Amino acid sequence: MDLQIALLLGQDGITNGAIYALLALALVLVFAVTRVIFIPQGEFVAFGALTLAGLQAGRLPGTIWLLLALGVVISVIEASRAVRERQFRRIPMILLVNCGVPLLLAGALFALSPAALPLPLQVLLALLVVVPLGPMIYRLAYQPIAEASVLALLIVSVAVHVTLIGLGLLFFGAEGSRTKSFTDVSFAVGDTLLQGQTVLVVVASLVLIVALYFFFERTIYGKALRATAMNRTGARLMGISGSLAGMLSFTLAAAIGAFSGILISPITTIYYDSGFLIGLKGFVGAIIGGLASYPVAAAGAILVGLLEAFSSFWASAFKEVIVFTSIIPVLVWRSLKTRHVEEE
Amino acid sequence: MSRSAIPQATLLLSLFIAALLVAPLLLPEFYLTLLNYIGLYAIVALGLVLLTGVGGLTSFGQAAFVGLGAYTTAYLTTVHDVSPWLTLPAGLLVTALVALSLGLVTLRLSGHFLPLGTIAWGIALYYLFGNLAALGGHTGISGIPPLQFFDLELRSGREFFYLIWAVLLTIILATRNLLDSREGRAIRALKGGAVMAEAMGVNTPRSKLVIFTVAALYAGMSGWLYAHLQRFVNPTPFSLSQGIEYLFMAVVGGVSHVWGAILGAGLITVLKQWLQDWLPSLLGKSGNFEMIVFGLLMILVLQRARDGVWPMLQRFFPQAPVHGPMIKAQALPRRPLPEAGSVLLEVTDACKRFGGLVANDRMSFCVRAGEVMALIGPNGAGKSTMFDGISGVDPLTSGAVSFRGQRIEALPARAIAQRGMSRTFQHVRLLPAMSVIENVAIGTHLRGRKSFVAAAFRSDRGEEARLLQEAAAQIERCGLAEHMHELAGSLPLGKQRAVEIARALASDPCLLLLDEPAAGLRYLEKQALAELLRRLRAEGIGILLVEHDMDFVMGLADRVVVMEFGQKLAAGLPDEIQRNPAVIEAYLGGLE
Repeated sequence: MDLQIALLLGQDGITNGAIYALLALALVLVFAVTRVIFIPQGEFVAFGALTLAGLQAGRLPGTIWLLLALGVVISVIEASRAVRERQFRRIPMILLVNCGVPLLLAGALFALSPAALPLPLQVLLALLVVVPLGPMIYRLAYQPIAEASVLALLIVSVAVHVTLIGLGLLFFGAEGSRTKSFTDVSFAVGDTLLQGQTVLVVVASLVLIVALYFFFERTIYGKALRATAMNRTGARLMGISGSLAGMLSFTLAAAIGAFSGILISPITTIYYDSGFLIGLKGFVGAIIGGLASYPVAAAGAILVGLLEAFSSFWASAFKEVIVFTSIIPVLVWRSLKTRHVEEE
Repeated sequence: MSRSAIPQATLLLSLFIAALLVAPLLLPEFYLTLLNYIGLYAIVALGLVLLTGVGGLTSFGQAAFVGLGAYTTAYLTTVHDVSPWLTLPAGLLVTALVALSLGLVTLRLSGHFLPLGTIAWGIALYYLFGNLAALGGHTGISGIPPLQFFDLELRSGREFFYLIWAVLLTIILATRNLLDSREGRAIRALKGGAVMAEAMGVNTPRSKLVIFTVAALYAGMSGWLYAHLQRFVNPTPFSLSQGIEYLFMAVVGGVSHVWGAILGAGLITVLKQWLQDWLPSLLGKSGNFEMIVFGLLMILVLQRARDGVWPMLQRFFPQAPVHGPMIKAQALPRRPLPEAGSVLLEVTDACKRFGGLVANDRMSFCVRAGEVMALIGPNGAGKSTMFDGISGVDPLTSGAVSFRGQRIEALPARAIAQRGMSRTFQHVRLLPAMSVIENVAIGTHLRGRKSFVAAAFRSDRGEEARLLQEAAAQIERCGLAEHMHELAGSLPLGKQRAVEIARALASDPCLLLLDEPAAGLRYLEKQALAELLRRLRAEGIGILLVEHDMDFVMGLADRVVVMEFGQKLAAGLPDEIQRNPAVIEAYLGGLE
């Protein structure tokens, strides 16, 4: 291996690592706020990328049907509850939010021809379709058993994951897609060519991380999420609704996932099931941070990206084996630090 | 409940076995193949019942363990011509080694690290199978020899059927036996009672490791059978998604019931077959769309019927609680008690901090054999924290604790229990779904020796009878004889406290830590409790008592220590304490 290859691999590793870091942050956030281990995080990566690819190819992405279907189911559940509680005035709002908005979006997708729109608008449309799926899935799958054990929530996560994988296959087919490059700029660094897209991924990830930091430090909703993460009951007593916090954290996680997918889709071919492995690598990073520390999780995720890049050079067939077994020494180290028996 | 219920259960089981015996003679090949797979899957799902339903842990990587069993025999029989009967132990050994090492690194962490670890491990092993040239890569290994019983070669699914189902029924029986034993009670305490179990001397990490390994061994066994049924292996059936499907089977069938494993394996396998026929033509595309249905089904099951389908069926067959008559057994040996008046427990400068809060601040006192020492103080004074520190449930931040002359402050709760200390909890820690006698029998855990294997094959019955007799004796002593076989969760709180005392006594302690034993008791019950404690004192047991009922304390205690804000406020004889102005002020507030 010479320096040039090392630089190339390092560049690759940091790009992927930046994405894993974003996902790791979202996973830590969701776990801290809701105790949900968000296995389906990766599906949002795939859905974001493939929805954008669909829009660019002039196809109506299947995710819009999912959005409509979830909207209808939530409307039925919420409206029947409103009827039971004799609060009929709430029904129009329920229908508007859960059915009206998705219908409007679907109409827009029909009316405009998204393939002809400028890239930023395509990205915006893709995010508008995919991100609301996050809170909707929280509402339907997790909120009814929000008080269940971490284990039960984890099993629900896995169930949501397989459902979404199946739907992904149904919506996007088995072929992979790539989206158009955001930028064709490239820089020469020594003998190596630094791709503009790569720089964009890293910069966008950094911007997003900084934005998240300000969200949590400076805004009331960010503070509410942090409060819920620290003490669920205490936050509820202070008037922070647990389901609001859950929805909010799932919205953020879905947005981070979909945005990550959109960022990497010009440099990696994304298949309907690619998201799972990407998400799990974020998990390895998050586990390095003990599912609790944001900076350690992000650093761990970068490390995973580098490990992956270099092992693909030395032992490409065993890349996944190496990345996923790297979790074992981490767990050993974590295990040696605890000695206490705890109750679930 | 009707007495005819027990024969009814036996009758159903006999009918089931009879149906299995005649099935290969009547059914066409297609259904037999289906039943063979249901059997193979149920073996794996049974491990998950033990792990998830009983132990409160879970694994998504069981398919990888099936793969270990299958690949070990495939490799050894084809490359090295080893007999399949030798590759079975070899495969189980490999499986056990991997499960033990994976368990050792994850089981001490919070519950969710194990399943996450199994996901990572399931993926890693799948790619390893697919990329190792020695294992045939993604094409796999073919030409695995059939199993042979003397001259009979098991070449067809029809012949294999009996083997699979015999293994499955044996494993079900062994699992049921295991759960109904000393080690089984410890396993059943893992879910929701780990802290209590540790305080009763159960090594909970070890129990977790054992059930994880047993579940892996079941999977490995299934893999060995699979390899010789198919006579061909490739990585696909050992992927993570198959591992997830195994968990679905266990959860849908009923994760807390051994029969739920068969039911779940049957339901999911048949449903999958059916969906794979219908969905692609319905959707006009080919692919594993049945996973959409399975995923949604799982979410619904977990939201609406977390116990799965089996309990719904069980409702149609009312079952009497199965408890045989008590067998007269030899009494368990007693621990020699220290001489009355000798110092049992000595606490020196004990401190406990929770962040900035100092819950115990330089507490020092001692307890002697054959005395009742009361620890009193207003709510929040740090009494229960002191108990947790002494008994190792929540170790002290600093300070020394000596018990019978040995330092114990750095020991885990189970090691302290081993030395003869036992306790009750202020917030009752019973296993509500277990009977009173089973709860109390957990207290006898350290007085038995028989292992998991002995329990599975029922060679533990002699010891088990002695343990249960001891538990029954303590239950009678605490005035609960008529509740012996009722569910602990159905008793009123006062009685539940008495069960806690019986459980503590069942461990044959020389020092008893009682945290508010009289709370919720009626007057006569309190008198009976006081009488019991006096008798224990007379036997030479030391008692450390936290209690708010002053009449109870002052009438019983030999010495009293008063705590306030984590510190020792006063110490002395009951009379002195009652006249102590600082104590009166702490309890009643000072005069302005």
